[in-house]
Amino acid sequence: MLSLLLILLASLFFTGIIIRTKSLASGRKGPGIFQPISDVIRLFKKGAVYSETTTFIFQIAPSIYFASVIMAILVIPFGTTKGIISFNGDFVFFAYVLALGKFLSIISALDTGSSFEGMGASREALYSMFAEPAFFILMGSFALLTGHTSFYDIFNTLHFDSYISYMLAALATFVLIMIGMIENSRMPIDDPKTHLELTMVHEVMILDNSGFDLGLILSASYLKFAMYGALIANFFIDDLSFAIAIPLFFAIQILFAIVVGVLESFMARFRMSHNPQYIFTLSSVALLIFFGVLLVLEKLT
Amino acid sequence: MIGTSIFIFSVIVAIVLIPFANTKWKGLITIMIVCINTVVSAIPAFKALNGTDTLQVFAGSIVTGPIPVRIDALSGWFILLISFTFLTGAVYGTHYMKAYKDQTANLSFHWIAYIIAHASLIAICSLQNSVAFLIAWEIMALSSFFIVIFEHNKQETLKAGINFLIQSHICILFLMLGFIGVAIKMNSFDFAAITAYSIQNPLLTNLGLFLTFFAGFAIKAGFVPFHTWLPYAHPAAPAHVSGIMSGVIIKIGIYGILRMLLLIRSDYTTIGYVILFFSIISGIYGVMLAILQHNLKKLLAYHSIENIGIIGIGIGLGCIGLGTGNHLLTLLGFAGALLHTLNHSLFKSVLFYAAGNIYQSTHTMNIEKLGGLAKRMPHTALLFLISALAICGLPPFNGFISEFLIYSGMLVGLKGAIIGLLWTLIFCIFGLALIGGLALLCFTKAYGTVFLGSQRVLFQKAPGEAAWGSILPMYASTLLILLIGLFPAYFMSLLSQPVGLYLNKITILVPTNETFSINTLNMISICAFGIFGLAAFIFLIRKKVTDSKAKTIGATWGCAYTGNTDKMQYTASSFVRSYRKLAEPLLSIDKKKKDLHGIFPSGGEHETHPYDKAEKWFVDYPIKALTNLFNRFSFLQNGILQIYILYGVAFVTLILVTPLIYDRIIALIHFLNQL
Repeated sequence: MLSLLLILLASLFFTGIIIRTKSLASGRKGPGIFQPISDVIRLFKKGAVYSETTTFIFQIAPSIYFASVIMAILVIPFGTTKGIISFNGDFVFFAYVLALGKFLSIISALDTGSSFEGMGASREALYSMFAEPAFFILMGSFALLTGHTSFYDIFNTLHFDSYISYMLAALATFVLIMIGMIENSRMPIDDPKTHLELTMVHEVMILDNSGFDLGLILSASYLKFAMYGALIANFFIDDLSFAIAIPLFFAIQILFAIVVGVLESFMARFRMSHNPQYIFTLSSVALLIFFGVLLVLEKLT
Repeated sequence: MIGTSIFIFSVIVAIVLIPFANTKWKGLITIMIVCINTVVSAIPAFKALNGTDTLQVFAGSIVTGPIPVRIDALSGWFILLISFTFLTGAVYGTHYMKAYKDQTANLSFHWIAYIIAHASLIAICSLQNSVAFLIAWEIMALSSFFIVIFEHNKQETLKAGINFLIQSHICILFLMLGFIGVAIKMNSFDFAAITAYSIQNPLLTNLGLFLTFFAGFAIKAGFVPFHTWLPYAHPAAPAHVSGIMSGVIIKIGIYGILRMLLLIRSDYTTIGYVILFFSIISGIYGVMLAILQHNLKKLLAYHSIENIGIIGIGIGLGCIGLGTGNHLLTLLGFAGALLHTLNHSLFKSVLFYAAGNIYQSTHTMNIEKLGGLAKRMPHTALLFLISALAICGLPPFNGFISEFLIYSGMLVGLKGAIIGLLWTLIFCIFGLALIGGLALLCFTKAYGTVFLGSQRVLFQKAPGEAAWGSILPMYASTLLILLIGLFPAYFMSLLSQPVGLYLNKITILVPTNETFSINTLNMISICAFGIFGLAAFIFLIRKKVTDSKAKTIGATWGCAYTGNTDKMQYTASSFVRSYRKLAEPLLSIDKKKKDLHGIFPSGGEHETHPYDKAEKWFVDYPIKALTNLFNRFSFLQNGILQIYILYGVAFVTLILVTPLIYDRIIALIHFLNQL
């Protein structure tokens, strides 16, 4: 319950901080950090335009997409408090329920029969396909290390005591940040600020969404950011008391947002054709974590 | 006894009645007979799933010896899933076949073969005598050949059918080798002799025996590289036949493998590694090729190979569990495999029936020509969507449950594993995650291009929804898909007997304090309801909020281009273009391209024909080499009658003279020895 509340709170300002960081980096003052949320609220109040080509898929997809993100958030624990749902192997559910949302958002893009939106859909499907193995190897390695298979148990038995395990945490953070960036279609995979349909990934998929639906999709992506931030925070929270853990949680979220902002300010998007290779290397980083776990468990002797 | 009599009697009645019935009654009789056979076989099957096996021994003949008919939990599980899909197939097929109502003789033959195929599959699941088993297997192979070649006036169909027939018999060849090998040593055709044989012999011999059977059953099941018949046979058959072929007939290969695992005592760990190896390759290779297909049915056929791979991963994990004495791994591996067998039979049959509906209303299976069907065929579109989500293993549907069990198995196996097994398992996790991602790409492509967007080609007759008779059986299967997704714990409890057969085989007991708690499945069930509930809740809020707001219907955003954009839609080929570029080195894709040139370009073309690299290496090249070899002897076949008579004389002489010469040589050797 606690984690859900905290993630909801963090999602309110996460994207705002990214935008603020980018503005500051480019020498502008930039909007307030709650601007994205007020944009979403304005969208909720608006009417909508639907394409005549679309079917029921286009109507239901945003709701299911949003629901899938919420369901995924429900399994995330916060330190020593369980998520609302917790069972052995819940991270499999986490990955697959996100995939459900992705499936629907992809076909809702194809539903418009547009010449652009299929392009974004195709890229999104391909990238998420390559990102999935990395996540599973990462979680599999931690399952091996801790002997548990649920988020809550993994995070609670994970204690850092040697240099290798610090290395593991650093690598895991890197992999999770990158997966978070891929899932949210940000730099260096995708540039949300691009103005050309041909170079967009996620933005082009939602070209025809408007009003309430667009609001749902945008807020789902804010939530997704905060969700990955929470996953990363869980690596460091351990069994600290709430008085330290909750500020630490927000500190990590803000830091994550600033890192994203800085990355986006000083990095160019990769060439589309290089993206899959790049994402696939995440799997090898995840394999490195697996290797590290083998070292820790002294299985290599 | 009564059961068996009714079973055989009903098949005979069907064979007698169907030729004389009119078109409508042919279908109805088939449905009735399949119903009767289902009920008759389901009673002992359910009993077996509750723990009471049915055993009945027939006297048999002097050749076969006594024939035991035994329905244990494993047979029971397969009989139930086979019968269910055959039932939906019969109901769907009756409507599907209305389009061919003029071909009365052909129809009679088709339905008779259909009933016989059903009966023979049930027989295969329950017969425990190798000769009887092989006879039933042959009947199954022939009858399924006949139902596949219903449209035998098309050359392609006939070609695919013959390919299927030949490969079925290679499969039987392997099975015969295995059975004869045992029978020579044990002098009995009873399945119990196989167990007895494997107890007497060293593990290595048993491994060889198992691999012989595995090769045979793998051809039927469609493991790569034994799968080459499958992508031809499925598209060639009528839709309901494709549904049962992919749904249950290939599963009989899985049944065979599972049965042999029960019978042969061997080094299970090695067997597990072998099965895992083939399964991962089948899984990834199957879906990799599926993505590139342009024919909807062929795409689904390659997906069957992928799903067989997933089932195989479960079986492989279970075997490793057996070998290492890991109770939990055995449980999760076999339970995942068995449940996925059922799941696949459900969603794959719905997908094929949906493809059939599309075919009958548009007369094409080419994905690139379809589009915008969701508006014209709303029921088919919805059912296809649910099955597509289920086949990708997404919650809250049934595919997720079986994949979850397999994932759990792998994660459980990690604990306390040795280094070799650890690498294998992490590779399997990688493979299964990749398969999931590729399946998502494949089905978003298929669904998006076929059902969504706007129509790409003008059809002479506007496509419309299929009749209720074809839609209802699809809903029946979809209902089960939902039920398994929502109440997995119940289906897991049904599996306790079949999986128990394997758990009893664990000899090395490694004490564990861990058990798979049914609680986990209950949590998944809560999550499944949660997804539905939450999505519905958000949708309702959306409805409440937006009902009062202005809604405008406009054209799709086209960068300010307002003309007709139907032909500018993203196509299936362009949707998977980036994937194709990446996968090209691994697959063989025949590409034809004509670029645009000049100021007024015309006639640009781009064609891709994916071909199967495995088929090239394992079928085409060997056949080519064989043809070349035999061509060298073509001078023998010169058409001159006198020479042929000479061959005959030479042959007879050879036969007569050989024993004499043999005796002489033996005598000579004796003589030399005495010296």
